[in-house]
Amino acid sequence: MTETLFEKIWNSHVVVEKENEPSLIYIDRHLIHEVTSPQAFDGLRVNHRNVRRRDLTVATIDHNVPTTDRSLPMIDETSSTQIKTLEKNCKDFGIKLFGINDPNQGIVHVIGPQLGITLPGSTIVCGDSHTSTQGAFGAFAFGIGTSEVEHTLATQTLWLEKPKTFEILATGKRKNTFAITSKDIILSIIKQIGTDGGTGHVLEYRGNAISDLSMEQRMTICNMSIEAGSRAGLIAPDEKTFDYLNNRKYTPKNYDELVDDWKNNLMSDTNSKFDKSFTIDVEKIEPQVSWGTNPAMVSDVTGKIPTPEDFGQNNEIQIESAKKALLYMDLKPDTPIVEISIDRVFIGSCTNARLEDLKDAAEIVKGKTVNSEVSAMVVPGSQMVKLEAEKLGLDKIFKDANFEWRESGCSMCLGMNPDILKPGERCASTSNRNFEGRQGSGGRTHLVSPVMAAASAIAGHFVDVREWC
Amino acid sequence: MKPFTKIFSIITPFDKANVDTDQIIPKQFLKLITKSGFGKFLFYDWRFNHDGQEKSDFILNDSKYHDSQILVTNENFGCGSSREHAVWALKDFGFNAIISPSFADIFYSNCFKNGVLPIILDIDEIKKLLQYSDKIELDLDSQKITCGDEIITFKIDSHRKIRLLEGLDDIDLTLKEDKKIEYFERNSSRVSIFE
Repeated sequence: MTETLFEKIWNSHVVVEKENEPSLIYIDRHLIHEVTSPQAFDGLRVNHRNVRRRDLTVATIDHNVPTTDRSLPMIDETSSTQIKTLEKNCKDFGIKLFGINDPNQGIVHVIGPQLGITLPGSTIVCGDSHTSTQGAFGAFAFGIGTSEVEHTLATQTLWLEKPKTFEILATGKRKNTFAITSKDIILSIIKQIGTDGGTGHVLEYRGNAISDLSMEQRMTICNMSIEAGSRAGLIAPDEKTFDYLNNRKYTPKNYDELVDDWKNNLMSDTNSKFDKSFTIDVEKIEPQVSWGTNPAMVSDVTGKIPTPEDFGQNNEIQIESAKKALLYMDLKPDTPIVEISIDRVFIGSCTNARLEDLKDAAEIVKGKTVNSEVSAMVVPGSQMVKLEAEKLGLDKIFKDANFEWRESGCSMCLGMNPDILKPGERCASTSNRNFEGRQGSGGRTHLVSPVMAAASAIAGHFVDVREWC
Repeated sequence: MKPFTKIFSIITPFDKANVDTDQIIPKQFLKLITKSGFGKFLFYDWRFNHDGQEKSDFILNDSKYHDSQILVTNENFGCGSSREHAVWALKDFGFNAIISPSFADIFYSNCFKNGVLPIILDIDEIKKLLQYSDKIELDLDSQKITCGDEIITFKIDSHRKIRLLEGLDDIDLTLKEDKKIEYFERNSSRVSIFE
């Protein structure tokens, strides 16, 4: 019988299986951050339970850390309390914490792979929906709620209904491999399958257009699986995967042995059956810009804001959603995307704040200056990314162009720290969600790739970055 | 968790699609370290003006619905962030059941952990319910919603149903499988992070 990659990982992690009931699945890696864990640790205390596998659990602080000078005291007391609570919880329960001043601190989904904690074929959870990022390594990685965080801490397992499988086949070659990025590929996929297209399914991205991508580009794709409704998305590991994880801080000692095993096992069998399938030809993809308030409301950069009727295509609910989105975004149908002016630029988040993202953006920015009407910032995904970027002099390129160069964290992707949009401000953002108020109450978010964000910062409005390189 | 009991209540018609958890509970309220008290922040940006005054045209501010325990909404409810605070806020506000044509996966799972029943119905049945202003009876045990003379049945995973009806603690149940977890750990090499 043939099996998909996901089914192989699932089957090798079943602890208890009963007919027509959820299965008990073993969890190999549990990552924790400050926002979704305090109530879970409280639950353990109330019930006198302990952490079952400290050696499979790590924590960091990312969501509400300030990205400004960390030697200064935190102004926001509630954030400070939440951070101190995680520090205490990790101390009390013996969990390794990459704290606010640790050189390994960073966005949880960025540091997992960078530290070699993320492994192919493993099950990985975190109380954060963008855990799907780590599926790029051929892992079943998914976000969980706080109750499940507590459950994992106590039992190292979760009860799960087996998701269905959904093949996303990406064929062809990108016409411009610098200007058309993996962000544009995933935004195009979500535009077509919708924000609930993947609900109940695990996505497997396949095809030569995926193999062509670097590991960091693959992470951008898997990261936004949740924006298509899928709790997890994955990519079969290959030489690029094995090279990336080699010689990291926590790469296992018997790595070569593991790689041999992964090479033989971690792929969907030929002719394996997926419950659903979707094919996209990346040759047709242009740089993308979101115009609405969900990640399926996306246009080619050469396009115009659609009318709600054109967007909704006879679907009343979609037409209503588009009307509401245009009102919130203060945009009129038929406006060319390139005529939309912006106030802010955010290059950051678990979607697009790794070294390659910053290198590409710097390539655009080099020798230019941010438009005088725009305020722009770069927030590296982790302290390791920041250090590597500084070694390459990227910080200088950004600062010379009037970008702010910050410390690592989730920052303005969700605005739990002081980095937020003011009401009415319009932002070109490399993050993952353009929901109402996501980056600050009343703020307007347009999702784009790092090179698109960089070029728009210089121009003061959206531009077709293909004309810049 | 308290056992889930029969509900007799009017519904709150909330005809919106793709309601994300950022709307249900905006990020500025995720900094609390307890599970209680989130109800007052439910749909904060939709419920309140910038000066903190209630918006009179927002349905949850209509006193008619203040005792309603059932939210009827449209497709893909609870999409986006995994924050369980969204369910804590809905529950604390008074909702014990949410009816929609579809839910986002993580939100759906989070509901059951907090004694909130998410029910999936056809869009036509949702449309009917959205128009119904009298009290309805929602019985999980028989999987029936009674609206006057009409009865709507709904499906639910039997395993989840029992856990809700009996108010069972998931972790207690799992710990009964401890021997199997130990067996799994002995017979498969889990790679420790810190060797």
